[in-house]
Formats: sequence, C-alpha cells, structure tokens
Amino acid sequence: MDIDLPLVWALLIATSVFLYVVLDGFDLGIGILFPTARSSTERDVMMNSIAPVWDGNETWLVLGGGGLYAVFPLAYAVLMPALYAPIMAMLFGLVFRGVVFEFRFKAPPERRWVWDISFFLGSLTAALAQGLALGAIVQGIEVEGRAYAGGWLDWLTPFSVMTAIAVVIGYALLGATWLIWKCEGPMQAHFRAKARLLGGLMLAMICIVSLWTPALDPQIAARWFTFPQILYTAPVPLMVLGLAVLLFTSLASTRDATPFLASLGLFLVTFAGLGISLYPNIVPPAITIWDAAAPDSSLLFLLVGAAVLIPMILAYSGYAYWVFRGKVRPDEGYH
Amino acid sequence: MEFSALDLARFQFAFTISFHIIFPSFTIGLASYLMVLEGLWLATKRDVYLTLFKYWLKIFAVAFGMGVVSGIVMTYQFGTNWSVFSDKTGPVLGPLMGYEVLSAFFLEAGFLGIMLFGLTRVGPRLHFLATVMVAFGTALSGFWILSVNSWMQTPAGYAINEAGQFIPENWFEIVFNPSFPYRLVHMMLAAYLTTAFVVGAVGAWHLLKGRRSRAGGNEAARVMLSMAMWMAAIVTPVQIFAGDQHGLNTLEHQPAKIAAMEGHFEGEEGAPLILFGMPDMEAAETRYKVAIPKLGSLILTHSLDGRVPGLKDFPREDWPNAAIVFWSFRVMVGIGFAMLGIGLWSLYLRARGRLADTPIFHRAVLAMGPAGFIAVLAGWITTEVGRQPFTVYGLLRTADSMSPVDAPAVATSLVVFIVVYFIVFGIGTGYLLKSMAKTPGAGSDGPENGTPSRAAGVTPAPAYANPPRTEPAE
Ligand code: HDD
Ligand code: HEM
Ligand code: HEM
Repeated sequence: MDIDLPLVWALLIATSVFLYVVLDGFDLGIGILFPTARSSTERDVMMNSIAPVWDGNETWLVLGGGGLYAVFPLAYAVLMPALYAPIMAMLFGLVFRGVVFEFRFKAPPERRWVWDISFFLGSLTAALAQGLALGAIVQGIEVEGRAYAGGWLDWLTPFSVMTAIAVVIGYALLGATWLIWKCEGPMQAHFRAKARLLGGLMLAMICIVSLWTPALDPQIAARWFTFPQILYTAPVPLMVLGLAVLLFTSLASTRDATPFLASLGLFLVTFAGLGISLYPNIVPPAITIWDAAAPDSSLLFLLVGAAVLIPMILAYSGYAYWVFRGKVRPDEGYH
Repeated sequence: MEFSALDLARFQFAFTISFHIIFPSFTIGLASYLMVLEGLWLATKRDVYLTLFKYWLKIFAVAFGMGVVSGIVMTYQFGTNWSVFSDKTGPVLGPLMGYEVLSAFFLEAGFLGIMLFGLTRVGPRLHFLATVMVAFGTALSGFWILSVNSWMQTPAGYAINEAGQFIPENWFEIVFNPSFPYRLVHMMLAAYLTTAFVVGAVGAWHLLKGRRSRAGGNEAARVMLSMAMWMAAIVTPVQIFAGDQHGLNTLEHQPAKIAAMEGHFEGEEGAPLILFGMPDMEAAETRYKVAIPKLGSLILTHSLDGRVPGLKDFPREDWPNAAIVFWSFRVMVGIGFAMLGIGLWSLYLRARGRLADTPIFHRAVLAMGPAGFIAVLAGWITTEVGRQPFTVYGLLRTADSMSPVDAPAVATSLVVFIVVYFIVFGIGTGYLLKSMAKTPGAGSDGPENGTPSRAAGVTPAPAYANPPRTEPAE
C-alpha cells in the first residue's frame, strides 16, 4: 500500500475538527452573545437562525471523537483521560445548550428565562472547555507506555486559560458575524458593533497565542523562525493581516456576508498555523500520527466509506443550509 | 462505604447508557410512525393523518433532542473512563462507530431541520423524503451500534497484535458476528413496540377524557389507538419468537449468561423452568424456587431431557451476577406476555367493533404506556450484566478495561451526571407529557406560547390550508 493512510486520516480528522470548530463555533458564539440581545424577539431570531442546522453542525464533533477512536485509538485512549475534566465540562455544557432548542419554546413564557440562561451558560462552558483542551494538547501531555501518566489537573495552566479565552472570543466573533448575515435593521447594526469589538480582541489573542506557543517548545520555535522553514511559515501572519483588513473594511461597509467569511478565513489560517506547530504529533510531545494509528486494514475499511459518504454529507448538509437561506425575520419567524 | 474507581465508572456507564437508550427506543419507532403517517396523508389526503403527524412531530423533536445530547456523552465516555478498552478495541469497533456517524448520524441531523421546520419551504413531497431519511437514519444508527455491542458479546473475525489490540481480520465476520442478527431484530421490534404502546396509551387517554367530558370520540385518538393495537397484536408474537431465538443463540455462545438468567447453579439434564426464586450467589443456589419440571430443557434444547448449563460448570471468577439478570429477564418476559395479552384483547374487541369504546380496555392500555421502556431497560440489563465480568466476552475483563483515572474524578462527574440528567431529562419528560395531554387537532395548531416563529415551522399553517396542491419548490 503506497498511500500513507495515517496521514490521510490525520488530514480528514483535522478537517472534521475544523468544520466542527467553525460550524458549531458560530452556534456556540450565538449562545455566548445571548445576554447581549436586547429583547425576547431578538433572542428568538438568534435561536431560529441556527435551530435547523445546529444538530448537523454538532455531528462533526461526534465524527471527530468517533474518528479518533477508530483510526488513532491510542491517541483517543491517552487524550480522554488526560482531558477528563474539560471533556466532562464540555459534555455537560452541550447537554444544556442542546436541549434548549426544543425546551425553550415548550416552557411557559414566564419561565423561559431559565432556558435563556442555560443556553448562555451551556455554550460558554462548552467553548471554555474546548479552549482548555486545546491549550492542554498544545502544551504537551505526559505519557508512559500506552497510557496517560499525568495528574488530573495538568490541563490547567496559564497557557490553557489563555487559549480558553481566545476560543470564547473567536466563537463570539463567528456568532456575531453570522448574525450580521442572517438579520437586518437595528439588530444587524447592534451585532456589527459587537463584531468590531470582538474582531479587535480576536486579533490581539492571535498575537498572544502566536508568540506564546513557540516559547513553550524550542522545536516549535525552530519550525517558525529558522531559515528555510520561514519561507513556508511567513505567509501565515501575512494572511492573518490581509483577512483582518477584509474583516474591518467589510464591517464598516454594508456588506453582510463578508464579515462572516473573513472570520472563517481567520479561523482557517490560525488552524493551519496550529497544524504547522504540532505536525506530525497527534499527542505532543511524543506520540506521532503513525504511532497512534490503527492497522491499515481499519483505516482502509473506514476510508472507503468516508470517501463515498463525506461528499454526500457535504451535499445534503449544504442543501439544508440552502433551504433555510436568507434573512430571519421576527414577524414571519422561521423563513 | 468506599467505592473503587472501577465501581464508579461502571455505575456511570450504566447510568448514562440507560438514560440514552430510553430516547432511541422511542425515536426509532416514532420516526417510522411519522413516516407512515405522512405517507398515508400524501396517499389519502385525509386530514386526520396530517393532524397526527404534526402532533407527534413536536413530541419527536423533544425526544430526539434528548437522544442526541445523551448520545454525545456516550461517544466520549468510552475514552474518558474506559481508555484501555478504547485502545484495545479501537481498530475493530472504531470503524463501525465511524460508519454509524457517517451513514446514520449525519443523515438524521442533516434532514432533521427540514423535517421539523421545512414543510412550507420545500413542499410536501420533498418534506416526505426528509422524514423518510430521518427514519432510515435512526434505524441505521441502531444497526451499527448493535453490531458494536454484539461484537463485544460474541467477538469474531479478529486477531490480537503485539500491543494487545484486537485487529480486524474479516470485516464481514466482525459486523455480522454471531449474536448480531438476533440482537438487531429483537431491538428494532422492541423500539416499535415501545412506541406503539406510548401511542396507544395517548390514544386511550384521549378517548377516556373525551368520554368523561362527553365530547365524544376524537377521530385522531381512535386512529392512534387502532394503529397502535395492530402493532401490538402483530409484532408482540413475533417479538416473543425473536426473543426465544435470541436466547438459543445466547445458549450457544454465552452459556454462563443463560445459566444466570435461568437461575441454574447446577447443570443438569431434564432441567426445570424456574419461574421465581432468589438466586443466592454466596451459597451458589437458588432459594424459594417455584419451578415447572423439565420445561427449562424443553425451551432451551427443544427436548425433555436435554442438558442445560449451570453456573458451576464455569470458573467462579467468570460468573455474572445471577440475582440481577434472573430478575431483569423475568421483568422483560413478563412485560412481553402482558403486551401479548393486550394485543389479543384488542383483536377480540376489534372483531366486535368495540375497540374505541371499552373504557376498561383503555385503562389497561394507558397503564401499559411505559411498559416498553421498562422492558427495554430490563432486557439491556440482562444482556450487559450477563456479559460480566468481561467487556469483550471471554477476552477482556471489565477490571482491565479502565482508564487510569482516580476515584474522585469519576465520583465527581458521576454526581454531576445524576443531578443534570434528572433535572434536564425530568423537565424534558414533563414537556413530553404535557404535549401528549393536549388533544390532537384541537388548539394545538395555533401559535404556541406566542411564538409565531416556531409555530410557522412546526405547524405549517399554509401547507395545512391547501395541502394537496402545494408543489415542491425545486
Ligand atoms: C419491548 C421490549 C422487549 C420485549 C417485550 C422483550 N424483549 Fe427481550 N430484549 C429486549 C427488549 C424486549 C432488548 C432491550 O431489546 C434486548 C436487550 C439487548 C437486546 O438485544 O435486546 C433484549 C434482550 C433479550 C435477551 C438477551 C440476549 C442476550 O443478551 O444474549 C433474551 C434472551 C430475550 N431478550 C428474550 C426475550 C423473550 C423470550 C421475550 C418474550 C416475552 C422478550 N425478550 C421480550
Ligand atoms: C449498544 C451499545 C452498548 C455498548 C457498546 C455498551 C458497552 C458497555 C461497556 C463498555 C460496559 C462496561 C462497563 C461495565 O462493564 O461495567 C457496559 C456495561 C453496562 N452496560 Fe452497556 N453498552 C451498550 C448498550 C447498553 C444499553 C442500551 C444498556 C441499557 C440499558 C446498557 C447497560 C449496561 C449496564 C447496566 C452495564 C453495567 C454492567 C455491570 O457493571 O455489571 N448497555 N456496556
Ligand atoms: C455506547 C453506546 C452508544 C453510543 C456511543 C451512542 C452514541 C450516540 C450519539 C453520539 C448520538 C447523537 C447523534 C447525533 O448527533 O445526531 C446518538 C443518538 C442515537 N443513538 Fe446512540 N449511542 C449508543 C447506544 C445506542 C443504542 C444501544 C441505540 C439503539 C439501539 C442507539 C441508537 C441511537 C439513535 C436512534 C440515535 C438518534 C437520536 C435519537 O433517536 O434519540 N444508540 N447515539
């Protein structure tokens, strides 16, 4: 077999995680922005803008977790115990966030605030937990033999706290720009203002993370700052700059899809930057994608299905977005 | 009392999966029921089918939401608490779960939005396609996850590598392992029966209510009850037969489990069928037996003096807990026969044209509403506790499957799970019951709680006004 199956799968899992991050990212971002809504109608519009698609968005997380178990079982077996508390917190957050889509409209109006709060707290908790997990992975995980060997609070460091804040800000930016796309009038103006603030914060966080990550590990620093690697890595900051300009000019103009697309671009570039720092490790600093991979027969068996099914998934998920395209108006509700 | 991390992790798994399974048992059946209702509506244009479709769609949405959030917990639970199990079984079981995500979960999730909110946007025919896809997706996810579970019961088609991992040898044998066909059939029928008894109970409740208020019979309630009772009458006998076949398969592959289910400590020829008793693990005997001579052998070996295994045929450290499986098995079988009784009663009443106006029967059907859930839980407890002390039967012990996590971590998350699940799913169940208490077709079509947005989606008023002529917007 000539194809490097673990590498192919690493790319597929990375794609799945990326799709999860941006798609559920804007859902969670809307939850994080929930308290900034100025009326119950605005909250209805916010929820309705994602109600038909959130479940599909979240399924990428299931593919990320399930896929890791299938193709990199060792990585799954090491990461999950290492990230025990953040993962549990994320799950609880997602439980609260997820049921709200149905419960909120079933609750008597005078008790709806309970679900508004749980939508906010659930989304915030899930986002923070994901950010903590990200930070913990980047800073490295202690392994002995085939098992996690650290303590159960190792994930909590200043670095991971900072990545957690960065993720919350990033998701909120995605949520705000999604709402600029999906709504109009004063509500759109309100979230344009929010997006300007969040865009600024997001750029600041990108700078901090980019400087802090190489400081964690000389190997990562070498990859970014030595010649000739720098020829490959230099475009990353340049692209961040370009996208930032696009984001702010479009926020100042009347264009309503561009801010969201520019934010997606920012996520894509930073995600790629992360990949550059970590490759070829799947559990830094010691387990590579080849160490962790299941035998080729497992990878191949699932790859056949993935090759057929992923394009179909993209097609019908795209169709679902298409069906619910256009502005969400409070008066006609779900249209 | 001190609990080890292992005890806690086992309890946590049992707790979270027991909550999860409740929702799929209902949504698998309900999705198919919705598909049938919408299909009937498109074919006959009778309003009552659309009324029922919209009525159950709201209930489906809530149950499905709870199924999804409790399911995501399961995916991660394998890794957090059972990481050694994950490392060892990943190469074999992971791809099956991967297929579940790719073929089933995305399908359900992708079409769910259209099913719930899209009728006015895509028109009835495309909408029907979405309903079919969701129903198909729920069944398909049952297919894959049951294959995974069955492989853990009756592993096949694998080898073991130097790192101690199970590695695939033959995918066909892995997916279609020896207990899978039986478990798939039995579980799918269980989901249909569970749903049928809920639908029947709701129909019966509204008939009783209509009678008391002298509003007369509500057509929708009559249709519900009648459809549900056809399922009960036809599917229950099939389910009992399937269960019996499943038991024979288990006798072949997991004889110790059968010994525990039957309460036999001594293997013997011409074994009795123990109806009731108290299996005592310490003393290795079943006390206070009420037994029918020879019947045990007759059922399990189809001969009066065939040999039936007893737990003492197996090493002591490989015994499952007989006290639990003996009773959980009897609860399930008891409910199966009660369902059969309801089914037969309904046939008798139907033949005499009295199905819709026999209050005592309606009360019985109402009481049986939750029976399917109890049977499903009891059945799974039999299956899973009977597999102990192994996670992969005969090959990987539960005690050797645990993650290197400390008891306090597991205990904390367990407590949070218990609190969160009881609150969240308790409230959700309350909403479900409230929806079921509304009379179908009466008042439930208006905006709900003053949320026009939602009502426009779930209750597609324009499509309702002129259903047959709305063309799909292609
Ligand atoms: C509505 C639900 C329902 C009903 C009425 C029954 N069952 Fe059942 N049973 C299940 C729902 C279920 C289940 C929840 O679906 C299980 C758990 C695992 C599985 O595959 O099916 C199960 C497991 C299960 C097993 C365990 C197999 C194993 O673990 O290896 C046996 C032997 C039977 N059943 C037999 C029966 C018999 C003889 C029944 C006759 C009355 C019966 N079941 C009624
Ligand atoms: C089909 C998917 C399922 C899989 C892959 C699965 C897997 C497992 C695993 C890995 C364990 C190990 C923990 C232990 O042995 O204590 C377990 C135990 C258990 N499971 Fe399942 N399970 C499944 C379905 C279910 C369902 C639907 C139920 C029920 C209601 C259930 C009830 C239990 C119980 C009660 C235990 C604890 C047994 C004991 O500790 O004695 N399982 N299962
Ligand atoms: C340990 C075992 C299990 C795991 C890891 C698991 C995982 C999941 C996940 C992640 C979801 C959410 C999917 C989404 O995002 O749409 C889900 C939902 C679902 N699961 Fe499970 N599951 C398990 C056991 C079972 C069993 C035993 C069945 C039934 C036989 C089942 C049937 C379903 C169905 C039909 C759904 C769709 C949602 C619903 O109907 O409520 N699962 N499961």
